[in-house]
Amino acid sequence: MEDLSLHILDVAENSLAAKATRVVIRLEEDTQANTLRLTIEDNGQGMDKETLKKAVDPFFTTKQTRRVGLGLSLLAQAAHETGGQFFIESKPGWGTKVVAIFKTDHWDLKPLGDIGQTMLTLILGHPEVEIVFILRRDDKESIFSTEEVKSKLNGLPLNSPRAIPLIMNHINKVMNL
Amino acid sequence: MPKLTIEDLEKLRERAKKQTFLREATDYRAKITVHMGTCGIAAGAREIMNAFLKELQERDITDVLLTNSGCAGLCSREPMATIEIKGQAPVKYVDLTPEKVKEIFEKHVLGGEIVKNYALGIGSEKTDY
Repeated sequence: MEDLSLHILDVAENSLAAKATRVVIRLEEDTQANTLRLTIEDNGQGMDKETLKKAVDPFFTTKQTRRVGLGLSLLAQAAHETGGQFFIESKPGWGTKVVAIFKTDHWDLKPLGDIGQTMLTLILGHPEVEIVFILRRDDKESIFSTEEVKSKLNGLPLNSPRAIPLIMNHINKVMNL
Repeated sequence: MPKLTIEDLEKLRERAKKQTFLREATDYRAKITVHMGTCGIAAGAREIMNAFLKELQERDITDVLLTNSGCAGLCSREPMATIEIKGQAPVKYVDLTPEKVKEIFEKHVLGGEIVKNYALGIGSEKTDY
Protein backbone atom coordinates (compact mmCIF):
# COMPACT_ATOMS: atom_id res chain seq x y z
CA MET A 1 0.00 0.00 0.00
CA GLU A 2 1.48 3.28 -1.06
CA ASP A 3 -0.43 5.63 1.17
CA LEU A 4 -2.81 5.82 4.11
CA SER A 5 -5.90 6.49 1.98
CA LEU A 6 -5.45 3.05 0.38
CA HIS A 7 -5.16 1.41 3.81
CA ILE A 8 -8.37 3.17 4.80
CA LEU A 9 -10.15 1.91 1.68
CA ASP A 10 -8.92 -1.60 2.34
CA VAL A 11 -9.92 -1.79 6.00
CA ALA A 12 -13.27 -0.08 5.39
CA GLU A 13 -13.99 -2.70 2.72
CA ASN A 14 -13.62 -5.27 5.52
CA SER A 15 -16.34 -3.44 7.46
CA LEU A 16 -18.63 -3.56 4.45
CA ALA A 17 -17.90 -7.24 3.90
CA ALA A 18 -18.94 -7.73 7.55
CA LYS A 19 -22.37 -6.31 6.60
CA ALA A 20 -21.98 -2.98 8.35
CA THR A 21 -24.69 -0.40 7.67
CA ARG A 22 -22.63 2.42 9.17
CA VAL A 23 -18.91 3.04 8.97
CA VAL A 24 -17.22 5.94 10.73
CA ILE A 25 -13.69 6.85 9.71
CA ARG A 26 -11.77 9.31 11.86
CA LEU A 27 -8.41 10.94 11.22
CA GLU A 28 -7.22 12.93 14.20
CA GLU A 29 -3.97 14.81 14.14
CA ASP A 30 -2.41 16.15 17.31
CA THR A 31 0.31 18.58 16.25
CA GLN A 32 1.64 18.89 19.83
CA ALA A 33 2.08 15.19 20.38
CA ASN A 34 3.03 14.56 16.72
CA THR A 35 0.50 11.82 16.33
CA LEU A 36 -2.05 10.90 13.73
CA ARG A 37 -4.77 8.60 14.95
CA LEU A 38 -6.84 6.66 12.43
CA THR A 39 -10.02 5.00 13.68
CA ILE A 40 -12.33 2.89 11.55
CA GLU A 41 -15.45 1.86 13.39
CA ASP A 42 -18.33 -0.20 12.05
CA ASN A 43 -21.55 -1.82 13.22
CA GLY A 44 -20.89 -5.00 11.25
CA GLN A 45 -21.07 -8.53 12.53
CA GLY A 46 -17.91 -8.25 14.64
CA MET A 47 -15.45 -10.98 15.58
CA ASP A 48 -15.35 -13.47 18.43
CA LYS A 49 -12.27 -13.68 20.69
CA GLU A 50 -10.62 -16.45 18.70
CA THR A 51 -10.98 -14.63 15.38
CA LEU A 52 -9.87 -11.34 16.91
CA LYS A 53 -6.65 -12.93 18.17
CA LYS A 54 -5.78 -14.02 14.67
CA ALA A 55 -6.98 -10.89 12.84
CA VAL A 56 -3.53 -9.34 12.36
CA ASP A 57 -1.89 -12.63 11.46
CA PRO A 58 -1.10 -12.35 7.74
CA PHE A 59 -1.67 -16.07 7.33
CA PHE A 60 -5.19 -15.90 8.66
CA THR A 61 -8.24 -14.92 6.65
CA THR A 62 -11.95 -15.66 6.77
CA LYS A 63 -12.19 -15.37 3.01
CA GLN A 64 -12.75 -18.40 0.85
CA THR A 65 -10.98 -17.03 -2.20
CA ARG A 66 -7.41 -17.09 -0.87
CA ARG A 67 -5.38 -18.24 2.10
CA VAL A 68 -3.68 -15.04 3.25
CA GLY A 69 -5.19 -11.96 4.88
CA LEU A 70 -2.88 -9.00 4.59
CA GLY A 71 -5.16 -5.99 5.06
CA LEU A 72 -5.02 -5.51 8.83
CA SER A 73 -1.46 -6.79 9.14
CA LEU A 74 -0.24 -4.25 6.58
CA LEU A 75 -1.99 -1.41 8.41
CA ALA A 76 -0.54 -2.58 11.74
CA GLN A 77 2.91 -2.70 10.15
CA ALA A 78 2.50 0.81 8.69
CA ALA A 79 1.67 2.14 12.17
CA HIS A 80 4.43 0.22 13.96
CA GLU A 81 7.03 1.36 11.43
CA THR A 82 6.49 4.94 12.59
CA GLY A 83 6.84 3.98 16.25
CA GLY A 84 3.06 4.04 16.60
CA GLN A 85 0.48 1.60 17.86
CA PHE A 86 -2.27 -0.58 16.53
CA PHE A 87 -5.23 -2.25 18.17
CA ILE A 88 -8.64 -3.71 17.44
CA GLU A 89 -11.74 -4.02 19.55
CA SER A 90 -14.52 -6.26 18.37
CA LYS A 91 -17.49 -8.18 19.64
CA PRO A 92 -19.94 -10.34 17.74
CA GLY A 93 -23.10 -8.36 17.07
CA TRP A 94 -21.49 -5.09 18.19
CA GLY A 95 -19.08 -4.33 15.38
CA THR A 96 -15.39 -3.66 15.06
CA LYS A 97 -13.14 -0.72 15.86
CA VAL A 98 -9.68 -0.57 14.33
CA VAL A 99 -7.25 2.03 15.66
CA ALA A 100 -3.87 2.85 14.15
CA ILE A 101 -1.70 5.54 15.68
CA PHE A 102 1.13 6.98 13.60
CA LYS A 103 3.98 9.19 14.73
CA THR A 104 3.92 12.12 12.32
CA ASP A 105 7.55 13.10 12.93
CA HIS A 106 8.85 9.72 11.79
CA TRP A 107 10.58 9.19 8.42
CA ASP A 108 8.50 6.15 7.68
CA LEU A 109 5.09 7.78 7.91
CA LYS A 110 3.29 7.13 4.64
CA PRO A 111 1.69 10.06 2.83
CA LEU A 112 -2.03 10.54 3.36
CA GLY A 113 -2.95 10.04 -0.30
CA ASP A 114 -6.27 10.84 -1.90
CA ILE A 115 -8.99 10.53 0.74
CA GLY A 116 -11.59 11.83 -1.72
CA GLN A 117 -10.99 8.94 -4.11
CA THR A 118 -11.15 6.48 -1.23
CA MET A 119 -14.49 7.85 -0.05
CA LEU A 120 -15.89 7.93 -3.56
CA THR A 121 -14.85 4.32 -4.19
CA LEU A 122 -16.49 3.20 -0.94
CA ILE A 123 -19.69 5.06 -1.75
CA LEU A 124 -19.94 3.79 -5.33
CA GLY A 125 -19.44 0.24 -4.16
CA HIS A 126 -21.90 0.51 -1.28
CA PRO A 127 -24.37 3.36 -1.82
CA GLU A 128 -26.75 1.85 0.74
CA VAL A 129 -24.27 2.18 3.61
CA GLU A 130 -23.93 5.30 5.73
CA ILE A 131 -20.33 6.44 5.62
CA VAL A 132 -19.00 9.20 7.85
CA PHE A 133 -15.55 10.74 7.65
CA ILE A 134 -14.29 13.00 10.41
CA LEU A 135 -11.11 15.01 10.07
CA ARG A 136 -9.70 16.64 13.17
CA ARG A 137 -6.58 18.73 13.59
CA ASP A 138 -6.05 19.75 17.22
CA ASP A 139 -9.30 21.50 18.12
CA LYS A 140 -10.58 21.99 14.57
CA GLU A 141 -12.95 19.45 13.12
CA SER A 142 -14.89 18.89 9.91
CA ILE A 143 -17.29 16.12 8.98
CA PHE A 144 -18.40 14.43 5.79
CA SER A 145 -21.44 12.20 5.85
CA THR A 146 -23.28 10.38 3.11
CA GLU A 147 -26.55 11.13 4.91
CA GLU A 148 -25.92 14.83 4.46
CA VAL A 149 -25.12 14.41 0.76
CA LYS A 150 -28.22 12.24 0.32
CA SER A 151 -30.45 14.95 1.77
CA LYS A 152 -29.35 17.21 -1.09
CA LEU A 153 -29.95 14.67 -3.84
CA ASN A 154 -33.76 14.64 -3.84
CA GLY A 155 -33.98 10.88 -3.96
CA LEU A 156 -31.30 10.41 -6.60
CA PRO A 157 -29.10 7.45 -5.61
CA LEU A 158 -25.65 8.19 -4.18
CA ASN A 159 -23.97 6.21 -6.95
CA SER A 160 -25.68 8.05 -9.78
CA PRO A 161 -23.26 9.93 -12.02
CA ARG A 162 -24.88 13.23 -11.15
CA ALA A 163 -24.20 12.75 -7.45
CA ILE A 164 -20.47 12.32 -7.88
CA PRO A 165 -19.48 15.99 -8.32
CA LEU A 166 -21.51 16.81 -5.21
CA ILE A 167 -19.76 14.11 -3.18
CA MET A 168 -16.33 15.28 -4.35
CA ASN A 169 -17.23 18.85 -3.56
CA HIS A 170 -18.19 17.95 0.01
CA ILE A 171 -15.13 15.85 0.58
CA ASN A 172 -12.80 18.53 -0.74
CA LYS A 173 -14.36 21.06 1.62
CA VAL A 174 -13.81 18.72 4.56
CA MET A 175 -10.20 18.04 3.56
CA ASN A 176 -9.48 21.78 3.44
CA LEU A 177 -9.74 21.97 7.22
CA MET B 1 -46.20 33.40 -21.90
CA PRO B 2 -42.70 34.55 -22.93
CA LYS B 3 -40.89 32.72 -25.68
CA LEU B 4 -38.87 29.68 -24.72
CA THR B 5 -35.15 30.27 -25.02
CA ILE B 6 -32.50 27.68 -25.77
CA GLU B 7 -31.56 27.81 -22.10
CA ASP B 8 -35.11 27.02 -21.06
CA LEU B 9 -35.14 24.05 -23.39
CA GLU B 10 -31.83 22.89 -21.94
CA LYS B 11 -33.32 23.05 -18.47
CA LEU B 12 -36.36 21.10 -19.55
CA ARG B 13 -34.11 18.53 -21.15
CA GLU B 14 -32.05 18.21 -17.99
CA ARG B 15 -35.16 17.78 -15.89
CA ALA B 16 -36.58 15.15 -18.21
CA LYS B 17 -33.25 13.34 -18.23
CA LYS B 18 -33.19 13.28 -14.45
CA GLN B 19 -36.60 11.71 -14.35
CA THR B 20 -35.67 9.18 -17.00
CA PHE B 21 -32.65 8.29 -14.95
CA LEU B 22 -34.75 7.69 -11.86
CA ARG B 23 -37.02 5.45 -13.83
CA GLU B 24 -34.17 3.54 -15.37
CA ALA B 25 -32.05 3.36 -12.26
CA THR B 26 -32.92 -0.26 -11.66
CA ASP B 27 -32.62 -1.18 -15.29
CA TYR B 28 -28.94 -1.09 -16.19
CA ARG B 29 -27.70 -2.31 -19.51
CA ALA B 30 -24.28 -3.24 -18.14
CA LYS B 31 -22.58 -3.72 -14.81
CA ILE B 32 -18.90 -3.07 -14.14
CA THR B 33 -17.42 -4.56 -10.98
CA VAL B 34 -13.90 -3.57 -9.94
CA HIS B 35 -12.34 -6.08 -7.54
CA MET B 36 -11.35 -4.19 -4.42
CA GLY B 37 -9.65 -6.69 -2.12
CA THR B 38 -6.35 -5.89 -0.40
CA CYS B 39 -4.54 -7.35 -3.41
CA GLY B 40 -6.56 -5.29 -5.86
CA ILE B 41 -6.15 -2.06 -3.91
CA ALA B 42 -2.39 -2.55 -3.58
CA ALA B 43 -2.18 -3.18 -7.34
CA GLY B 44 -4.10 -0.03 -8.27
CA ALA B 45 -7.80 -0.97 -8.28
CA ARG B 46 -8.87 2.46 -7.09
CA GLU B 47 -7.23 4.04 -10.11
CA ILE B 48 -9.08 1.54 -12.32
CA MET B 49 -12.39 2.43 -10.68
CA ASN B 50 -11.58 6.05 -11.32
CA ALA B 51 -10.80 5.37 -14.99
CA PHE B 52 -14.19 3.67 -15.50
CA LEU B 53 -15.88 6.52 -13.69
CA LYS B 54 -14.18 9.03 -15.98
CA GLU B 55 -15.51 7.20 -19.05
CA LEU B 56 -19.05 7.23 -17.63
CA GLN B 57 -18.89 10.89 -16.75
CA GLU B 58 -17.30 12.11 -19.95
CA ARG B 59 -19.89 10.30 -22.02
CA ASP B 60 -22.73 11.15 -19.66
CA ILE B 61 -23.78 7.52 -19.40
CA THR B 62 -26.31 6.76 -16.69
CA ASP B 63 -27.47 3.23 -17.48
CA VAL B 64 -24.21 1.45 -16.66
CA LEU B 65 -23.71 0.46 -13.04
CA LEU B 66 -20.22 0.85 -11.61
CA THR B 67 -19.55 -0.97 -8.37
CA ASN B 68 -16.88 -2.94 -6.53
CA SER B 69 -16.46 -6.27 -4.81
CA GLY B 70 -13.84 -8.21 -2.90
CA CYS B 71 -10.93 -10.36 -3.94
CA ALA B 72 -11.74 -12.76 -6.77
CA GLY B 73 -8.99 -15.19 -5.81
CA LEU B 74 -6.48 -14.33 -8.53
CA CYS B 75 -4.37 -11.82 -6.63
CA SER B 76 -1.42 -12.03 -9.01
CA ARG B 77 -3.56 -10.81 -11.92
CA GLU B 78 -4.93 -7.72 -10.18
CA PRO B 79 -6.20 -5.11 -10.86
CA MET B 80 -9.22 -6.93 -12.22
CA ALA B 81 -12.72 -5.98 -13.31
CA THR B 82 -15.76 -7.97 -14.37
CA ILE B 83 -18.03 -6.69 -17.12
CA GLU B 84 -21.55 -8.02 -17.43
CA ILE B 85 -23.61 -6.92 -20.38
CA LYS B 86 -27.25 -7.59 -19.65
CA GLY B 87 -28.23 -11.07 -20.78
CA GLN B 88 -24.63 -12.15 -21.43
CA ALA B 89 -22.08 -14.11 -19.43
CA PRO B 90 -19.71 -12.00 -17.28
CA VAL B 91 -16.18 -11.43 -18.59
CA LYS B 92 -13.21 -10.96 -16.25
CA TYR B 93 -10.42 -8.64 -17.31
CA VAL B 94 -7.01 -8.88 -15.67
CA ASP B 95 -3.77 -6.86 -15.29
CA LEU B 96 -5.67 -3.66 -15.95
CA THR B 97 -4.30 -0.19 -16.57
CA PRO B 98 -6.28 3.03 -17.18
CA GLU B 99 -5.39 2.75 -20.90
CA LYS B 100 -6.82 -0.76 -21.11
CA VAL B 101 -9.93 0.45 -19.28
CA LYS B 102 -10.55 3.03 -21.98
CA GLU B 103 -10.31 0.40 -24.71
CA ILE B 104 -12.48 -2.11 -22.83
CA PHE B 105 -15.08 0.53 -22.16
CA GLU B 106 -15.30 1.58 -25.79
CA LYS B 107 -15.23 -1.88 -27.32
CA HIS B 108 -17.02 -4.05 -24.78
CA VAL B 109 -19.30 -1.85 -22.67
CA LEU B 110 -20.37 0.39 -25.54
CA GLY B 111 -19.75 -1.85 -28.54
CA GLY B 112 -20.55 -5.26 -27.09
CA GLU B 113 -17.33 -6.76 -28.40
CA ILE B 114 -15.14 -8.63 -25.86
CA VAL B 115 -11.52 -7.45 -25.78
CA LYS B 116 -9.97 -10.90 -25.88
CA ASN B 117 -6.39 -9.75 -25.31
CA TYR B 118 -7.15 -8.46 -21.84
CA ALA B 119 -9.70 -11.06 -20.79
CA LEU B 120 -8.71 -13.67 -18.25
CA GLY B 121 -9.29 -16.55 -20.59
CA ILE B 122 -11.26 -17.64 -23.52
CA GLY B 123 -11.79 -21.30 -24.25
CA SER B 124 -9.27 -22.50 -26.79
CA GLU B 125 -9.14 -26.23 -26.14
CA LYS B 126 -11.14 -28.34 -28.51
CA THR B 127 -12.79 -31.56 -27.47
CA ASP B 128 -13.41 -34.54 -29.63
CA TYR B 129 -16.95 -35.69 -29.61
